[in-house]
Amino acid sequence: MKYSIYSLIRNAFSYHEDWPQAWRSPDPRSSYEVVIVGGGGHGLATAYYLASECGVRDVAVIEKGWLGGGNTGRNTTIVRSNYLWDESAAIYDHSVKLWHGLSQQLNYNVMFSPRGLLHLAHSVHDMQEIGRRGNSNFLNGIDAEYLTPQQVKEMVPFINLNCRYPVMGALLQRRGGVARHDAVAWGYARAADALGVDIIQNCEVTGFEIDDGTVKGVRTSRGNISANKVGCVVAGNCSVLAEMAGFRLPIESFPLQALVSEPIKPIIDCVVMSNGVHAYISQSDRGELVIGASSDAYNSYSQRGGFNVIEDTVGAIVELYPIFSRMCMLRQWGGIVDVTVDRSPLISKTPIKNLYINCGWGTGGFKATPGSGHVFAHSIAGTDMHPIAAPFSIDRFNTGALIDEGAAAAVAH
Amino acid sequence: MSQKNRIAQGGRIDRQQLLRFSFDGRELSGYAGDTLASALLANDVQLVGRSFKYHRPRGIFSAGAEEPNALVQLGEGAYCEPNIRATQLELYQGLAATSQNRWPNLRFDIAAINSFISRLIPAGFYYKTFMWPASWWMTYEHWIRKTAGLGKSPSQPDPDRYEQRHAHCDVLVVGAGPAGLAAALVAGRAGARVILADEQSEFGGALLSGEKDIDGAPATKWASDVQQELAQNDQVTLLRRTTVTGYFDYNYLVALERITDHEPSGTDPHLPRQRLWKIRAKQVVLATGAIERPLVFADNDRPGVMLASAARTYIKRYAVLPASSLVVFTNNDSAYQTALDVKECGAQVSIVDIRTNPKGELIDRAQHENIMIYRGCAVTGVNYRGRLRSVEVMRLYEDGSAVSKSSKTNIECGVVATSGGWTPTVHLHSQARGSLAFNERIAAFVPGEGVRINPHLSVGACNGIFELSRCLKDGLDAGSTAAKAAGFGSVSIPVPRVDDAVQGDLRTLWAIPCKHPIGRGRKKHFHELHNDATVEDLYLAVREGFGAVEHLKRYTTTGMGTDQGKTSNLNALGVLSEIRGEPLQAIGTTTFRPPYTPLTFGAVVGQNRRDLFLQKRKTPMHPWHDQNGAIYEDVGDWKRPRFFPQGGEDMDAAVQRECKAVREKVGILDASTLGKIDLQGKDCAWLLNMVYTNAWSKLEIGRCRYGLMLNEHGMVFDDGVTTRIDENHYHMTTTTGGAARVLTWLEEWLQTEWPEKEVYCTSVTEQWAVAAINGPAARELLSELTDIPLDSDHFPFMSMQKCTVAGVPARVFRISFTGELAFEINVPAHYGLYVWEQLIEHGRKHGICPYGTEGMHVLRAEKGFIIVGQDTDGSVTPFDLGMDWIVSKKKEDFIGRRSLSRSDTAKPGRKQLVGLLTEDPQVVLPEGTHIVAEVKDRPPMPTLGHVTSSYMSPNLGRSIAMALVYDGQNRMGQQLNLKLMDGRVVKAAVADPVFYDKEGARARG
Amino acid sequence: MFLINCPWCGQREQAEFSCHGQAHIVRPKNPNDLSDEQWGDYVFFRDNPKGIHYERWVHVHGCRRWFNAVRNTVTDELLVTYKPSESAPELEN
Repeated sequence: MKYSIYSLIRNAFSYHEDWPQAWRSPDPRSSYEVVIVGGGGHGLATAYYLASECGVRDVAVIEKGWLGGGNTGRNTTIVRSNYLWDESAAIYDHSVKLWHGLSQQLNYNVMFSPRGLLHLAHSVHDMQEIGRRGNSNFLNGIDAEYLTPQQVKEMVPFINLNCRYPVMGALLQRRGGVARHDAVAWGYARAADALGVDIIQNCEVTGFEIDDGTVKGVRTSRGNISANKVGCVVAGNCSVLAEMAGFRLPIESFPLQALVSEPIKPIIDCVVMSNGVHAYISQSDRGELVIGASSDAYNSYSQRGGFNVIEDTVGAIVELYPIFSRMCMLRQWGGIVDVTVDRSPLISKTPIKNLYINCGWGTGGFKATPGSGHVFAHSIAGTDMHPIAAPFSIDRFNTGALIDEGAAAAVAH
Repeated sequence: MSQKNRIAQGGRIDRQQLLRFSFDGRELSGYAGDTLASALLANDVQLVGRSFKYHRPRGIFSAGAEEPNALVQLGEGAYCEPNIRATQLELYQGLAATSQNRWPNLRFDIAAINSFISRLIPAGFYYKTFMWPASWWMTYEHWIRKTAGLGKSPSQPDPDRYEQRHAHCDVLVVGAGPAGLAAALVAGRAGARVILADEQSEFGGALLSGEKDIDGAPATKWASDVQQELAQNDQVTLLRRTTVTGYFDYNYLVALERITDHEPSGTDPHLPRQRLWKIRAKQVVLATGAIERPLVFADNDRPGVMLASAARTYIKRYAVLPASSLVVFTNNDSAYQTALDVKECGAQVSIVDIRTNPKGELIDRAQHENIMIYRGCAVTGVNYRGRLRSVEVMRLYEDGSAVSKSSKTNIECGVVATSGGWTPTVHLHSQARGSLAFNERIAAFVPGEGVRINPHLSVGACNGIFELSRCLKDGLDAGSTAAKAAGFGSVSIPVPRVDDAVQGDLRTLWAIPCKHPIGRGRKKHFHELHNDATVEDLYLAVREGFGAVEHLKRYTTTGMGTDQGKTSNLNALGVLSEIRGEPLQAIGTTTFRPPYTPLTFGAVVGQNRRDLFLQKRKTPMHPWHDQNGAIYEDVGDWKRPRFFPQGGEDMDAAVQRECKAVREKVGILDASTLGKIDLQGKDCAWLLNMVYTNAWSKLEIGRCRYGLMLNEHGMVFDDGVTTRIDENHYHMTTTTGGAARVLTWLEEWLQTEWPEKEVYCTSVTEQWAVAAINGPAARELLSELTDIPLDSDHFPFMSMQKCTVAGVPARVFRISFTGELAFEINVPAHYGLYVWEQLIEHGRKHGICPYGTEGMHVLRAEKGFIIVGQDTDGSVTPFDLGMDWIVSKKKEDFIGRRSLSRSDTAKPGRKQLVGLLTEDPQVVLPEGTHIVAEVKDRPPMPTLGHVTSSYMSPNLGRSIAMALVYDGQNRMGQQLNLKLMDGRVVKAAVADPVFYDKEGARARG
Repeated sequence: MFLINCPWCGQREQAEFSCHGQAHIVRPKNPNDLSDEQWGDYVFFRDNPKGIHYERWVHVHGCRRWFNAVRNTVTDELLVTYKPSESAPELEN
């Protein structure tokens, strides 16, 4: 059933009792052309693009819990593409282009809201960093504008420009913004399902069928499923799956926390990120201030972190926005982020033939959801990796061709 | 100003203290001991807010932290706060609150139109619409945002102060109701360090709202006796108005103490507003009680509908009868006590009980009091016109699936007091990673297994035990167990005697039917009041496939309000279990997240704000910089002078002047912030050989050498000059920002990889103050203040001498970051300012000029010296920098060496550091500008590299720049195009990055 | 917020420590003999187990000494800490 104001009105007459399931809940079949492991945004997007663009509809997405229950449902929903290196800019901007129009394409309102995203610069070094990055973005066709502190003040009137590290300027990407994270998973799931993709929740992978170095299928808590190709898109748990398949990844899984305030009437209209005092903030449509913390610096799968990280983050928020001191933290939570040494993802073939991985998005995977799924789908369907995905191969850790977003820009998220 | 609903006697309020307050501008009064909610009810104010989504009128629903409706905006200006629960806000003189989420006013709210179109906007409607036309989304969203939210953010910085306190204890008891008091009593007697915290202004919990006897005396007497004993025990800390909000690992709990929130703002400026306790407890006893849940019936959100326990609390604790006639609507015995309390006040009350044959002491007493009991009946509708007028009651079918319309009765009443049973407050147990088990008897989840790292016990109501006698026993047992586990002997206290009424079973009916099937008529069943989530929303969610609890929560927004679903979550789960036909244990719960109740940001920050937020580091010479008008730059934690403007100069003018002075006369730079590490031990040279790319074995005592450090990836990560002080003693310098990182790096290698090597690393950054004098007159200046010969034969370039400078013992390094004749004078930090002032004083006749980091950057760029982090970015090797000379060919190994030969790292044509000279010498390229392979009208344009450093050089009379360019070293002389963001194209030629004094004669002179 | 038993100082707050990743990675004695893959494996690839993890911590705001710890990455329970000179204890999930 197509979603629209008309279908809402029509269904209102039948007390909304006729809405169909957004997606079916089939039992897994014994074999598929492609099995995608991981029912988060990236996995579901992969399945959707396989079915919609690559002509591969014999696809199952298997998810050990509930759809979108990992980092898809735990992030701070920021979307942007103003990355430093050409390779990163290419994939993130590919993604931003897909974000525009995604609601219409999926017929599901993912509430992508390009309300503008500011990176504050708090030091000469920060100014040099945004100076370089803005120019790089500009030449890559990504919108970038420099703001003076006064222009920042106009966008965020209550900001404390003269904070511990005074705001010296900012880089603005107007096409950046936020989206409704859960809706992204649901929208892709519904659209993929409509194209024939089987979405199977509560189905945990327990191993791989591998024959002569080629993957033949997956073993799951709901039986064995054979497949010609398998794509693993499981973020924080990617090392666990890799171990099942017998190889290692250049990845560690860390806790990452976020929090929201109580809901208030609109006060902050854009996304503001600061690396200098490490705080980033936006306001959700419900009115909550959505605030991201930095990751705890130890491996963990517990989906929780230390209170000290929350203290540091809130400290930075209050320093930059003193008016929020009397606001209250309503809820905090944690996710597991899969982090590579160069803070860039892995979208790659693996030592096992026909087994593909897409992981290592670290603290910033949400924004890449459409682009990541799109290039991963094309990579799985074709013989070669999609050109935008190719630089993100595991091999770069042997050749040295890192895409070091971490060291270069010292930019998180 | 009469308090119409105030009961003439009783309650725990102080009638001697009349307090005036206002709500929406209306002047009202209450008494000390009231909450805002009880005072509003006393004044017969029922309508206090508008709901989140439908903007329906809402009243006071509870008497505690679980309040979903009565959220108000408190105060004005800098003290204003949104979303304050009126039920927890203690009344004070002059309190001013306003209602929220309404425009233009509370009675008439335009957005209430949402309520009329509610059928069009069920759960998740926004996912299905607002997609056409695509470009309108931002407009739609603008209005969505406006109607959402609740209160308003403060608009001024917070004038209040907050504190934090660390505390350690043997036993932390959370909650000072009967079980908590009992636990604290025992643990205290056992000698344990006890902290007892309770969110209320008074200890006692449920005892404050009841009339039970303990050991033959009123229960409050027992409570005050216990408190008295605890107060006299100096091992016991009693924290009132303190909510334990977060339970983190290894028994680390966070509690918020509200110190002055119950007083007018600014009453005592010496007190902080709130204090955050960070408590590390050996053992924790959770006695957090239970929260009553409502029955979910048609139009159950109307003002006047409240929890039965809340009605009772208002009557007993606050002496407020919320209305002159009440209907108690229940599925269990506990609410009968409310009816009895109402009756005792002489008001009208009847009971509607969904059970067909309730039995028990309380039922007998109600009958004895001639209270009308409608057995097997349900409230099926609420007549609300401006205020609650009556309820509609019908007989329930035996199986609870529907009601008999023919049996309809109307009962006039001003309040419906409802009870659907009690939900143990398991939040903290769950935050502590404890599991939950569904208990059929009480139809709620109770604590299950805990985990080893968070040892705790749940007792009393939060453990599913509701009878007072058993709560006391549970508390006593737990207090004793906890004290014992913390290493104390056992103490036995007899369980006080209590006569508990024997209570019958409750009847579970998660949604109460009405005359039309749920979701089909005008009436709404709100299982969740805060976010306006209805039972029909739950059906819709499951129908559409959002039947997993987390999906349900996210799709319907159940439990995501400021109350975090304290009264609603279980009802939602119950309905879900019915729809799915699965037991609640299988359905599970959503995760309980900290904090238990909202936690003030200010308190989370505590003292670490303003000047104490990320403290500034200042050098010993800082006072001089302040006096001389320095403009500072933040470098890491340090405040460094960036330049010293004179007479209204701007930065460019000041820097040009400073740079010329250095080359022509002498300049002085405060270099104290440079990282300094003292290395001692017989293996120092070995270590230096491993961490630097060049060779160190032959460095003579007293000589200095520049080194580059690579990480194991082969990329440059720090640089600096290291000097051999003695046979086994070196002085290493690092970049300002890299000091801590390098020290950690050295320690890590030494301790984990090479423990057999003898090297001791000590950070001496703050032990030495450093004044660097640079320029042709530097030698002459220094010679006036020292007694050692300074000529190059005695004191050659790249060497160090110990001597005195201005009478102060010093180490003087003849090293240069400007390319000029230079001496870096290191003196003990506390002499730094003195020596600096002496240098300035003696330097006057030489035209000495203090210069800052900006000038330093220009001067070093004239010489082509790199700044790590500016000219490198973590992807640059020494070869990329054209510094092949610094990579030893002889050494078999050093950190990062192997990485240099990887295929990508060793390939030709990588980005390499070169100089750039613009065609127009007056054009200074903005740093970060990119070189394009081909100039096009518009992006994208492939790039060849970018400008890392760029300045106007006063000594060359033209602009200079450094850039990382693909295959740059093979492009010498090539003309390249740089595309600026304003559209301009600038031409520049690739050049040697050493622009000035290529032979290096000046520094050696 | 862990409590960590520094083998030299005893039990202290997590805030005094920082974690430096997997323990017992030995720097190759002969880097030049390794293939790019072998070298890449040493530099970048790490165990990332869901369960028992051997890791290095440093008591950075204390004795500044490194030590090893065994921690369960699911429960975050620190099972044992030991000095770098000691061999890794065998522990199971």
